[in-house]
Amino acid sequence: MTDLLNAIVLLSNFLIIPGLTYGSQLALGALGVTLVYGVLRFSNFGHGETMSFGAMVTILTTWGLQSIGVSIHPLPTALIAIPVGIIVTIFFTLLIDQTVYKYHRTRKANPVTFLIVSIGVMFFMGGLIRFIIGPGDQIFFDGTRFILKAKEFKELTGLDEGLSLKMTQGVTIITAIIIVAGLFWFLNHTRTGKSMRAYSDNENLALLSGINPRKVVLVTWILVATLATIAGTLYGLDKSFKPFVYMQLLLPIFASAIVGGVGNPVGAIVGGYVIAFSELIMTFAYKKVVLYLAPEGTTVDSLIQLLGTNYKIAVSFIILVIVLIIRPTGIFQGKTL
Amino acid sequence: MKASFFQKHRSVLLFSFMGTLLILVGVFQSWSVALTIFNLCLVSAIMALGVNIQWGYAGLFNVGVMGFAALGGLASVLISMPRVDEAWKAGGFGILAGFLIIVTTVMTCLIIWPKIKKNKRWRYWIIFILVILGYSGLRIFFDPGVRAIEDVNPSVTGYLGGLGLPILVAWPVGGILAAGVAFVIGKVALGLRSDYLAIATLGISEIIIIIIKNEEWLTRGVKNVNGLPRPVPYEVDLQQAAWFQDWALFLDLPLDDASSLLVKVCYALLFIVVIAVLLWLSETALRSPWGRMMRAIRDNEVAAGAMGKNVTWQHLRVFVIGSAVIGMAGAMLTTLDGQFTPVGYQPLRFTFLIWVMVIIGGSGNNWGAILGGFFIWFFWIEAEPIGLWIIAHLTSSMEPASPIRAHLLEGAAHMRLMTVGIILLVTLRYAPEGLIPEKKRM
Amino acid sequence: MTGGYGAADILHDCTIGVEKGQIAVVVGPNGAGKSTAMKAVFGMLPLRSGQVIFNGEDVTQLKPEDRVLRGMSFVPQNQNVFTSMSVEENLEMGAFIRTDDITDSLNQVYDLFPVLKEKRKQPAGQLSGGQRQQVAVGRALMTQPKVLMLDEPTAGVSPIVMDELFDRIIEIARMGVAILMVEQNAKQALEIADKGFVLVQGHNKFTNSGKALLANQEVRRAFLGG
Repeated sequence: MTDLLNAIVLLSNFLIIPGLTYGSQLALGALGVTLVYGVLRFSNFGHGETMSFGAMVTILTTWGLQSIGVSIHPLPTALIAIPVGIIVTIFFTLLIDQTVYKYHRTRKANPVTFLIVSIGVMFFMGGLIRFIIGPGDQIFFDGTRFILKAKEFKELTGLDEGLSLKMTQGVTIITAIIIVAGLFWFLNHTRTGKSMRAYSDNENLALLSGINPRKVVLVTWILVATLATIAGTLYGLDKSFKPFVYMQLLLPIFASAIVGGVGNPVGAIVGGYVIAFSELIMTFAYKKVVLYLAPEGTTVDSLIQLLGTNYKIAVSFIILVIVLIIRPTGIFQGKTL
Repeated sequence: MKASFFQKHRSVLLFSFMGTLLILVGVFQSWSVALTIFNLCLVSAIMALGVNIQWGYAGLFNVGVMGFAALGGLASVLISMPRVDEAWKAGGFGILAGFLIIVTTVMTCLIIWPKIKKNKRWRYWIIFILVILGYSGLRIFFDPGVRAIEDVNPSVTGYLGGLGLPILVAWPVGGILAAGVAFVIGKVALGLRSDYLAIATLGISEIIIIIIKNEEWLTRGVKNVNGLPRPVPYEVDLQQAAWFQDWALFLDLPLDDASSLLVKVCYALLFIVVIAVLLWLSETALRSPWGRMMRAIRDNEVAAGAMGKNVTWQHLRVFVIGSAVIGMAGAMLTTLDGQFTPVGYQPLRFTFLIWVMVIIGGSGNNWGAILGGFFIWFFWIEAEPIGLWIIAHLTSSMEPASPIRAHLLEGAAHMRLMTVGIILLVTLRYAPEGLIPEKKRM
Repeated sequence: MTGGYGAADILHDCTIGVEKGQIAVVVGPNGAGKSTAMKAVFGMLPLRSGQVIFNGEDVTQLKPEDRVLRGMSFVPQNQNVFTSMSVEENLEMGAFIRTDDITDSLNQVYDLFPVLKEKRKQPAGQLSGGQRQQVAVGRALMTQPKVLMLDEPTAGVSPIVMDELFDRIIEIARMGVAILMVEQNAKQALEIADKGFVLVQGHNKFTNSGKALLANQEVRRAFLGG
């Protein structure tokens, strides 16, 4: 019995909790991508940098708050800085839309053009962020590191394996749940939210119904900027903020959105967790788990790893490519425009 | 009058402008730097040409450029490095067995697919099980072989080595390797709509690079493969040759500088030959009936398909050819570097840079792609010194120790990301056809 | 009206119209310009010459969204529902421009199409063809329009569903709404029509009451199969 419990705790500590955390981060990022795809109908390669930008503003605000002694210990100060990050990112995103995307929208440019334009935006924002905050690692986490320490857990339960819950993991998962619930309430129970869904579903019919496209675009960008800031900040809190990382996150985020069904918010969330857990499951070393579950006395030579740890990122790409080839509409039948 | 003069002689003027920029670098910085930039411009131009073949001829949006370039670089290693016999003895069997298993699995899948295609319920499950079986078999034979190979003298080799052939052979072989991989990718992914194709090719390219980075028994992974053989003389040998010493004296240049310059010029000449051949081939193809047909397909796929043109097959051909060019450029780049650095292939930054080259230069136009290659690479390299120079001047009135000044100077390097982004956005808005637009041909 | 999609005119000096509570039907062979005429009345394509008069007002310059505000409503032939949204949400979207309480209109539509009430939480994309048409018509009714314009409402539905649909349309007309309808199924459509317009190549060929057109030998031979 204890062996089974130990195995479960081991899996929870190294697989399930990290999976939920990473999945939440991807889900929030994928939501931003899927909203742009559904409403504005293009793949926004600049989303990673938007996340980075939002995180950057939050970090700068956090430093400011820390320097004047503001603190909400045991929670990280960054949480109260996030609203500032959101507001600034919203303004910046709307500015970019007005100066860059709007022109191509009025010309009814095709999706590939928009993609290339978003690459230009990605370059610009990337350079700007590095110029402002530098390319290096920034750690801005303060507050207690652990909600539950492995040692405490072992003492409480008497098991060999410890379960630890980091503050950032808890914050990420809870924030993700709140945001997602809020977003869904908005999309399903408010007039504006429904008009966005209608516009995403059938643009001509939506216009015929009197839905104002400018308002839909505005609200979409506001939501996207908000989601990006929160996702970027949570990721930076959990791992660390390094401008380059966000460009790398772009592909797992796109993988999540596409696997779940691009254009579909539920798909983005499910996709996020599918990708996160796949990455962890495929590269986890199951040796200890097997030892716990197998009969006494069994010895195992290898680590029992399906793929090397270096291949973690490759897993999301492999899943993405497979989905694109077998079922491009994804799990929840997103759009294929 | 001025406007039409510019239009008519656009290409010539722009290329001359480019040449002038390079000469300025030579005069103000150094000729060595100018030649280095020139060589890298040439390589970038060839990559841009490859991308343009896919985009301009067939409208295919391939973002997997770095993957193909890496394959080309791999070819350089596999062709030119000497064999590590010990490693082959230790692990060769495991590797070969592993490959046999992969090939058998893939072939089995390909053969039984047409037979099970009808069974919608089980077809993917069957393939899945086959893959699992193949993978397990692979690991059983592969892993011990890999370990044995990597244990052979890890600091110097730790890998299988290559065939020991002259390195120039690697250039076309790199192209062929890239073409082969492109064929497989194309068969599978070309049906996708353009922005999905972009994401798929980007994903596949990342996978290729991750494999190359990690399979040390093949590529030495993060340890890199140094000391690749050269097609041009070594500086050291030149410096000791009597004819060279006389020549350097005649030009009034120190021996080191002279030797490094001559080496660079040799590379430049080689690259120019390659580019000239490729350009001639491309332009001929463009003007041929085949080229017209490709453009017809690109401009109206549905109509072309209705007229009986096998669109998928033509797309595949163009995709493969374009990738071959990129692969060759990858081999050339690795040769120029003298080493194979798997971690250096960063898809996200450099792939997009190549695309910026194609778009700015003039998508659909081969000369435009080359010009774009030159301009953007030049700018990418020179943006940092120019930026530093500008900021240093602008802040010269400030306190030398001021933190703002320090921060601005540090940030000069990132200006180039910003400015390339702005250039791309401005071009897409005001001059979407690029600097040298595609000529309307009847 | 005279106009078309681009350089070539499709409509040449053609006139169609309808009175309150009446059903007017536009028929004709393929390519006659029926759908074009409808779209022109609604403002979805520009007119080279001519005008559209609604309730005594010249609305020729107004965008379609603004004509909706005036009291016109349009049911397109294809893609006329929000497939990913529920039936009830589709109806809500139909009433988007209204700021008042829409429960009365909602109930009215449900009375008219009881099956929609049953399936009101289901995504519209899951309904059968005929039911989707009902959603499309219901959606257009939510603005309580004075004129309801339908572009080939019975295209691709079975004869039973077509009869049902026409019955409903008559009911809607009885409620005081003017109906302007383009139809491929000329015979059945003219049977319920107060006024009929036969268009050929963008010109008015025949204009008369539905019954008269049905009785007309030429019309019968050309379009109604004798």
